[in-house]
Order: sequence, then structure tokens, then C-alpha cells
Amino acid sequence: MWDHEIRAMASTHAIIAASVFMATVLPAVFVRGFSVYGTHLLWLYSVSGTVTAVSVAVFWLLGITPPTKKHTLGYKLSRLFRSCLYFFLSCLFFHSVVVLYGAPLIESALETFSLAVLLTSLTTLRCLCVLGPNVQAWIRVFSRHGAMSVWDTCLQITVACTVVGAWVGAFPIPLDWDRPWQVWPVSCSLGAMIGFLTGLVASPAWIHYHRKQLTYKCK
Amino acid sequence: MKVRSSVFASFILIFEVFGIALFLRGFFPVPVKSSLSSKSKLSDLPAEPLSGSSPNSSRLPQPLFKRVVIMLVDALREDFVFGPSGRMYMPYTRHVVERGSSHSFVAKARPPTVTMPRIKALTTGSIPGFIDVVMNLNSPALLEDNLIWQAKTAGKRIVFYGDDTWVRLFPKHFMEYDGTTSFFVSDYTEVDNNVTRHLDSTLKRDDWDILILHYLGLDHIGHISGPHSSLIQPKLLEMDDILKKIHSALILKEAEGSLPYLLVLCGDHGMSETGSHGGSSEPEVNTPLVLISPAFKRKGKLSSPGVVEQVDLTPTLALGLGLPISQNSVGHVIPGVLEETSLRDQLRFLHLNGHQLSCLLKDSIPNYEKEAGFEQFRVAEKAHGSWMKLYMEGNTSEVLTNMGKKVLKQYLEALAAMSSALGKQLGKYDMYSMIAGMVFVFQLLLLLLLAMPEALSGAAAVDLPVLSALLSLPFYLMCLLLASVHVLVCTSAESSCYLCSLSWGLVFAAVAFSSTMFCILVSMATRRLFPGLKIHGKVSFSGSEWSLSELDVLLLAGTIGHTLSLAASSFVEEEHQTWYFLLNTLCLAVFQDVCRKYFREKNGSGEEEEHILPSKDCRPSAHPKAEICSEKWLALATPPFTLACCRLLRSLNQTGVQWAHLPDVGHWLNSSEHKMVLSLLAAFCLVLIYLLVQRRCSWVSKVALALGLLGVYSYRAAVDNVLFPWQHSGHTMSKGTVEARFVYVFVLGILFTGTKDLLRSQIITADAKLKSRGLWEIYSGLVLLVSLLFRAHNLPVLCCCLLIQTLMAQFIWKKLHYDAAQTTIMHYWFGQAFFYFQGNSNNIATVDISVGFIGLESYVEAPAIFLTALNTYAGPLLWACHLVCYLSSERDRSPVAVGHGCYCLALLRSVPAAAYIVLVTVLRYHLFIWSVFSPKLLYESMHLLLTAGVCLFFNTMEQSHSSSKS
Repeated sequence: MWDHEIRAMASTHAIIAASVFMATVLPAVFVRGFSVYGTHLLWLYSVSGTVTAVSVAVFWLLGITPPTKKHTLGYKLSRLFRSCLYFFLSCLFFHSVVVLYGAPLIESALETFSLAVLLTSLTTLRCLCVLGPNVQAWIRVFSRHGAMSVWDTCLQITVACTVVGAWVGAFPIPLDWDRPWQVWPVSCSLGAMIGFLTGLVASPAWIHYHRKQLTYKCK
Repeated sequence: MKVRSSVFASFILIFEVFGIALFLRGFFPVPVKSSLSSKSKLSDLPAEPLSGSSPNSSRLPQPLFKRVVIMLVDALREDFVFGPSGRMYMPYTRHVVERGSSHSFVAKARPPTVTMPRIKALTTGSIPGFIDVVMNLNSPALLEDNLIWQAKTAGKRIVFYGDDTWVRLFPKHFMEYDGTTSFFVSDYTEVDNNVTRHLDSTLKRDDWDILILHYLGLDHIGHISGPHSSLIQPKLLEMDDILKKIHSALILKEAEGSLPYLLVLCGDHGMSETGSHGGSSEPEVNTPLVLISPAFKRKGKLSSPGVVEQVDLTPTLALGLGLPISQNSVGHVIPGVLEETSLRDQLRFLHLNGHQLSCLLKDSIPNYEKEAGFEQFRVAEKAHGSWMKLYMEGNTSEVLTNMGKKVLKQYLEALAAMSSALGKQLGKYDMYSMIAGMVFVFQLLLLLLLAMPEALSGAAAVDLPVLSALLSLPFYLMCLLLASVHVLVCTSAESSCYLCSLSWGLVFAAVAFSSTMFCILVSMATRRLFPGLKIHGKVSFSGSEWSLSELDVLLLAGTIGHTLSLAASSFVEEEHQTWYFLLNTLCLAVFQDVCRKYFREKNGSGEEEEHILPSKDCRPSAHPKAEICSEKWLALATPPFTLACCRLLRSLNQTGVQWAHLPDVGHWLNSSEHKMVLSLLAAFCLVLIYLLVQRRCSWVSKVALALGLLGVYSYRAAVDNVLFPWQHSGHTMSKGTVEARFVYVFVLGILFTGTKDLLRSQIITADAKLKSRGLWEIYSGLVLLVSLLFRAHNLPVLCCCLLIQTLMAQFIWKKLHYDAAQTTIMHYWFGQAFFYFQGNSNNIATVDISVGFIGLESYVEAPAIFLTALNTYAGPLLWACHLVCYLSSERDRSPVAVGHGCYCLALLRSVPAAAYIVLVTVLRYHLFIWSVFSPKLLYESMHLLLTAGVCLFFNTMEQSHSSSKS
């Protein structure tokens, strides 16, 4: 039924996953001493930047974003502005949630904020790309039985995977193994990244295997 | 037999307590003891080995020292003397250590690093069992063979000044003594002056042989403000001066020809980075040991101190004074001390020590011949004999010296090996009792789990087939089987085990109980697995399609995950992190639920409910629309507010191990510059507590509560924690006994009113309103008591606890229709998190013992233990009490809520406890078993005991409910 869409989704996800891979490998060529643990912040920025750019480009090319009602330049600009605002607000939101979870308030604020940026670019950005800066739509998608298309389901799965990944990533921190990946926020960002990649793989697969059961209400 | 689920749950919990007690008895090893109950005597000493010829003299070599002064400074950490700041803290001692005729060591104390076990270790040379901590405060006389007794028997005159634990341990041993109590932790000058005031006159006199001084001030400073406080340096300088005074007095006294003196400076334990002790971290374990005597070589060059065991001091002192080494001593003599004596004497000393250790080894290890150290000792003894033969023949060649040196080395190796073998022996467990306890607990837990569908059903009653079990054949077979196993285990005479030493009647009762449990389990399991076999009309599984919401998944996963995390020592040390993490996630999940309710389901069925709910209350609201709107926002704000509260409380007390040294708000508040802030905060919190609690009390309790809280503030002012606005200076510190007793009166008054209301509601009127008021009054009595016990900087914890309870009950639990099980799990999680917010940890050191003396003139055992337990478990207890209040006020919605809550609480507590005893058994040879896992085991069992009490309370609540209904 949605074979076409599922195929599009799979290829999109493959592109994004490949870009994450490139963002990890390529800087090693240009920057001396680049490593995921050692220069963790640099890796974070590189990955978030790449994922942001590639997602925006791919989703724009694919044209999944709901059609805008008006086509004036001003309206488009305001949409763009609102998207940026939401992006920033979501960074702040993630930052405060992470602080509430016990991250130091002042000491490593930069690390915490970088993690928030990564989480935002992995989750909120996708929402922005798929749903547009529309809070009502977000609330609809993230409540029970709220998905109205394959892309909504995919969004639910990837976002949940990313957040759960980051959540699970916090577990090894209290262990006294003194490993480089136990340093704040390495384990959390790695967890988020692994969760995100899992989500990218899992969502098309899950939708493919459940395509018989999935029914979407019309708008 | 049909029982209600609350009765069932409390019954299971009480028996689990017995099971765990049995396990604990088996788990905590009885210390290594010699089989002889008598004490070592001079006449028992072995003869000096000499191969071939006639028996040799069994005389001891001449003692090394005439006079010994032991200066024990409580909580003296190794780096206070040897560290880089030691030069500043203790200049004279440092000078003696570096230049004088002295030996200095880092003496490792074994955990538990608490004063009394350490004193026992220093005097008996054995390593006291972990369980000694529990008896720490109540020290009866020490009956084991020990150095002090030996010295007294040998006619030495002992003078003692300092901690009165010594006086209680060694009654009538001292020629002269003056004990000071260590109970008032806030006093750190008087305790030491009480010791020093005798010093001048004693040092002038000549009528003593051993002088023991135990200074407590440093330990008190550590408890008050930690190892980096500004009070530390003056105190250490004072100690340094005292050392200098003693040293110069001893030098003056020394006469030509007589034996030299020995001055020992040591610490009983160290102090952690937060200033407490009890655990096994490096700073707690490492203590300095400085031996000063003209008998030693004057040191030329600097050398870093060597490492010895703390118990090594005992044989060293015994040999140095010419006394027999006490029987149970596991230490070995410090070789450096003997260096200056003749080779013959050195060998003789080592032989005596080795003989004592080998005797102890024989008594405590079944196959002692296989021990490497024992073998080495036999070899060395033989070599010693042949050396003696040559020596007696008058041989004085180089060869003889070299041979002697070789024997010496052999002896030292043998001593070290035997000492470590004995140390290991401490980890011997009574496996039979442990397994019996474990089986017991697991039977009960399985029963609890199997009964889940019935206990959580609408009837909330469990059908236990007791009679059919008792009359069945398998029951008798099981009894026979278990009894024969018991006989078999006990007669196989492996080692002593507790269960075998019990009387037959008790054992048979346990066997019968266990078999009954087994039969009930089997019959219930068959009923569950094949429900078609028996027809149970009453147990209905209506609505059994279990659809788990995200919240349920989280609650289940959290409970299971937490239980599993206990297997890792770091997660046990940092258990607070687990709870904070889970609690945060819970709050976020609740937040999501709230958002969903108010945003998503606005135009669905939610709307009708909104309108029904307020009208259910008897008060008709004038502006329903506006009220709903404000209510919506309040409900939305509650989870974020809770999150913020938790984040703030988390930074109030740093606990655990890894991050415990980080500065926290609690320390900041307690420093003397911020007394004003602390006073304001405490006053504000007390006012807020009053406002939150008084809502549902009768006016009598309101007045009592207000006066009681005033009393709490004046108590804190009296013990000088906070400022009184109208009392500025000229204020002497008191114990605040009067103020505390004033508060106790009101606590009792409120509890009495509450009980009276409860009884009235039950007997006379059956009025639900009166009953919930009575419950709330009991709860507020508890709050008042806790606010008295909490330290001033912890009052915000209590305050936030009440605030969160009020908000959550009002806007979340009621409005979102969480069922009793969900509410119970949330309460339990909050309770656990608040346990750690208070500053507790899974380490014995964080238990605040000073609470036991609030309102008491002196130490009285029962109230002190009660108050300490209440203070430690205040968080879980308050949340459990709130659960009772909340569930019984929700009764009109679901009449069996109390029963369900009780059952869930029992399940939540027994799952981790049962899992933990298995983990501890598996990990019993883990490196951290004594330092990390055993304290946690004690905490778990104590918590289980308290939960059993709470469940009984639940039980009476439900009882009165059902009786009032009928």
C-alpha cells in the first residue's frame, strides 16, 4: 500500500545514516588528533551540523513538509524564523531537562548544551522538517493513536529511540571503571546517537512488517 | 482460609524479617577465636627452640621498654602527620619523625572504621566482626584476652584519660582513670581539656607504667565541619604541643641504666573527605603510627613511612613490655622495633609471635597444615633450633650471623603469611543458616507473587489453602525430609553453625512452617497454571486484559532495573543516583500524562469528567470555568515544580562515594558565616510546614503544632545552630534538653488526639471524616517529631516533601485517576529518593547518631535507637504514612485501595530484599563485600523491618474500616 513511501523512507534514512558516518570519519582527515572521545565536542558539532544540513536538504527535496497555505515570501520567512526559534527553544528545553536529571549547573554547561543541541538536531529538527513549526500537529503526533501517516509513525519511533538511547546512556556514569567514554556527556551522546541510528533502521522495518495492521485516520 | 490482602502482606513481611534475621546471623562471621577460653599465661610460653640437647629455658627476653605512653588521637588521618600540610599542622611531631629516634608507619585500620571496634582491635589484636558496629554505642566489658588485661595481670600500673568507651571495656583495669563521654559531638574543646588537665601531675609522678590518652576533639571537628575546616589546624597544633610536653617530660625522667620509654602516637581511624568515618575509603583507613623511643636508631635521612596493619601494634607492644601476646591477635610484630636488640632476642621474639599465630591458626582453620605460613614457621623453628645450638656452643663467626639473619627472614615471611591467612579466615560464612534463611525468604516471596491476581482483585482477599496443606501427605514427607537434612548437616560437624545450636523445638517449628509454605505454594501454583481444575466462583478475573500504559512500563522497568543494579558495587555506592534518575523520569512521564489529559483530550470524553469531578465535592463552585482553568495550569505546573524541587534537594546533600567530596549547599549553610541564612531558611521552612500540615487538623492539634514548631526553632537556637532574633551574645551553649522535651510533649499530645479521633471514629460514630482527620493528625505528629530530629539545614527536605505530597495528591493522583498500585509505587519511589535527599547513603558512616541524644541527659539505649532509626528512615516513613492517609481518603472511590496499597508496598520491599540476599551470597568473596555490600544489607533489613511495621499500621487501618462498615 505504502511501498513507495516506505522505500523513500528507507533511502532517506540510509542517506542520513551515511552522513552521520561521514561526519565521524571525515574530520579525522582534516583535524589532527580527532577522535570521538578525545575531541568529543568537535565530534558533537560535526555530527549535529551534518545531520541538520542533510535532513533539511533531504526532506525539502522529498517534499514531505505539509504544503503551506500562502506562498508569500513574508510568510515563508516567518515560518523559517519560527523554525529557528523552536530549534533554539528545544535546545533550552533539553538543556534544562538534562540539568534536572542532575548535570552540573555551571561547571560543564558547554558540554551539557552541546548535548542538548545534538538531541535537538536528532529529534526536534525532524519534527520541524516533517510537521513544520506547528505545535498542534506535534501534540497530535505525540499523543496516543495520533499518527496520521507513515511519516508520523516513523517520527514517533525515531524520536523515542533517540531519547531512550540518551536515557540509557546515562546508566554507566556512576560505575567506577574510569573509562574515557564515562566522561560527561560522552556516554549520553553516544547513547543518543546509537538510539537514533537504531531508530533509522527500525522505523522502516517496523512499518514494513506492520503495514497490514497500520490504519491511519484521514485528516 | 481466606485472608485480606493487607493481613496477608503483613504476615508475609513479618516472616520475611525472621528469614532475613537468620540469613544475617549466618552472614556476619563470628570473629576468629582461639578454642581455649582462658587467656595466655606466662607459664604457657613455649621454650626457646634448641635442637638436640636438654630442654631450654622458657624465659622471655628482657622487656624493651619500661614505660609506655600511648597517645591515641581519634580520627587522626595519615596525611595530618605525614602529608604535605603535616609540617604546618604538627611541626614538632614532624621534626621527631624526620630527625629523631623514631619509627613511623601508616597503619591500616580494617573497616568498620568506628571507634569501638578499633579500640578492640588495638587491644586484642583481633579484627572485630562487622556486627560490632551495631553494638558500638553499648559497650559491655571486653572479656577476650587483651593487652590491658595482660598488663594488669603482670602488675603494670595503667593510667587512662579519655573516651569512656575504654573505661566500659576495661572496668577495674586502670589504676587511675577519667572518662569523657563522646556524645555531644558539637563539643570539641572540653573533651580534650578534660584529658589534658591531668597530664602535668601524672607526668611528674613516677607510679605508673602505662599511660593511655584518648583525645576525641579531632573526631568531633571532623563530624562538624570536615577535614578541611579551619578548626583542624588549631586542634592539631594543640595535639602537637601535648606530644611535645609528654616527650620532653619523658626525656627528663629518663635515668641512666634503666630501660627506655616508648611514646606511641596513633589514630584509631581516619576521616573521609566529608569528615565522617565508618567506611573503607583510603583516608578513613590510613592512620599514622609513630613510635618514639631512645631505643631506636636516630634517623639520618628522610624516608617515607612503611605500611603496617593496625593490629600489628598489639604484639609489638606486648613483646616490648615483656607480656604474653593475647591469644586472638592476628597481627605480627613490627620488625623495625626489634632492630636494636641482640640477634638471639630478636629470634626469640619472632618465635613467640609465630608460636601464638600458629596456635590460633590451628584452632581456626581445619586443614591448617596446608597453610604455607604454617609450614614456613615449622621450617624456621627448626633452623632456629640449630642456630641456637651453634650459638650455645660459643660460635661467634660470620657464618652464624648470616645464618641467624636467614632464620630471621624466614620467620618474618612465615609471620606475614600466617597473619594474612588468619585475616582471610574472617570471611568464613555459616552457609547452612544463610541458605535456610534464603529459602525461607524465597518461599514467602513466591507466595506473594503467586497471590498477586487475587490480592489485587476487587475483593482484595487471598485464599490460602492452609488446612488442605496441613493435612496432605506431601507436608509430612517434606517435614521428614527437611528434618533429616537438618540432622545430616548438623552431625556432619563441618563447622559451627547457628541453626544447629538452636533448640529442637524451634528448629522443628521452622521445618514445619517451611513445609507448609511449600505445600501452599505448590497448590497455589497448580491453581494458577491450571485454572480449570478447580472452580473458584469468587475469584474473578474480570477486566484482566492488561494493557500497560507507558507509566506502567516505566514503573515495572524501574523496579526491576533497580533490583538488578544492586549487583554492581558502584551502583550500591551510588544508589541515590539510580533513585534520582528514576524519580526524574517518573515526573516527566507524569508530566506527559498531564499534558495529554489537558491538551489532547480536551474535546474528547475528558470534558465531561472535568465537569463531574468538581461537582462531586460537596462545595458547589461559583466559577467552574475559571476554577478549571486555574486548576489546569496548577496541574500542569506540578510535575515541573516537583522536578525543580528534586534538583534543588539533590544539591543540598552530596552523598555516595565518588562525588561525596564535592561542595554542597548543606555545608555552605552550616558554615558559621552563613548562620543568618540558615536561620531564615529554617524559620521559613517551619512556617511553611505549619501551613501545609495544619489544613486538616482539629484546632487543638493546630495550636499544639504551632507551639511544637516554635519549640523546634528554639531547640535549634539553644544548641547554637540558628540565631534567635532577640538573643545576641552572652549565650552559652546548652544541650537544649528542656526545649526538646517541650516539643516531645506536643508530639505526644498530637499523636494522642489523633488516636482518640481514630478510636472514636471506629467505635462510636463510624464517621469517615473524623477518621481521616485522626489519621492526618497522627501524620502531623510524625512530621513534628521529624522536624525536631532533622538538622537545621535538612528542614527544606521535609518542607519539599510536604509540598510535593500536597500538590501531587491534589492535582495529579486524584485527577489522573491513578490506581492504588500506581500510587503506591510512586510513593515508594519518592520515599526512596527522599531517603537519599536527607543525606543518607549506603554507608554506615552517614547515620546521624547524635539524633539519639536530643532531649536526653545521657545515653539511654531504647529511645536513642528509636530516634536514630526514625531520623534515618524519615523519608520513606513519611511517604508511607502519607500513602495511608491518601488511600484511606480515597476510599469512597475504591474501597479496597488500602489493601492494594499494603500488598504493593510489601511486594516492592520484598523483591529487592530477596534479590539482594542472593546477590550478597553470590558475591561473598567480592573485594568490597565488607565495605559496600554488608552495610547495604543492614540497611535493607532495617528497611524491611520498618516496612513490616508500616504494613501492620495499614492493617489496623483497614481493619477499622471493615469493622466500621459492617
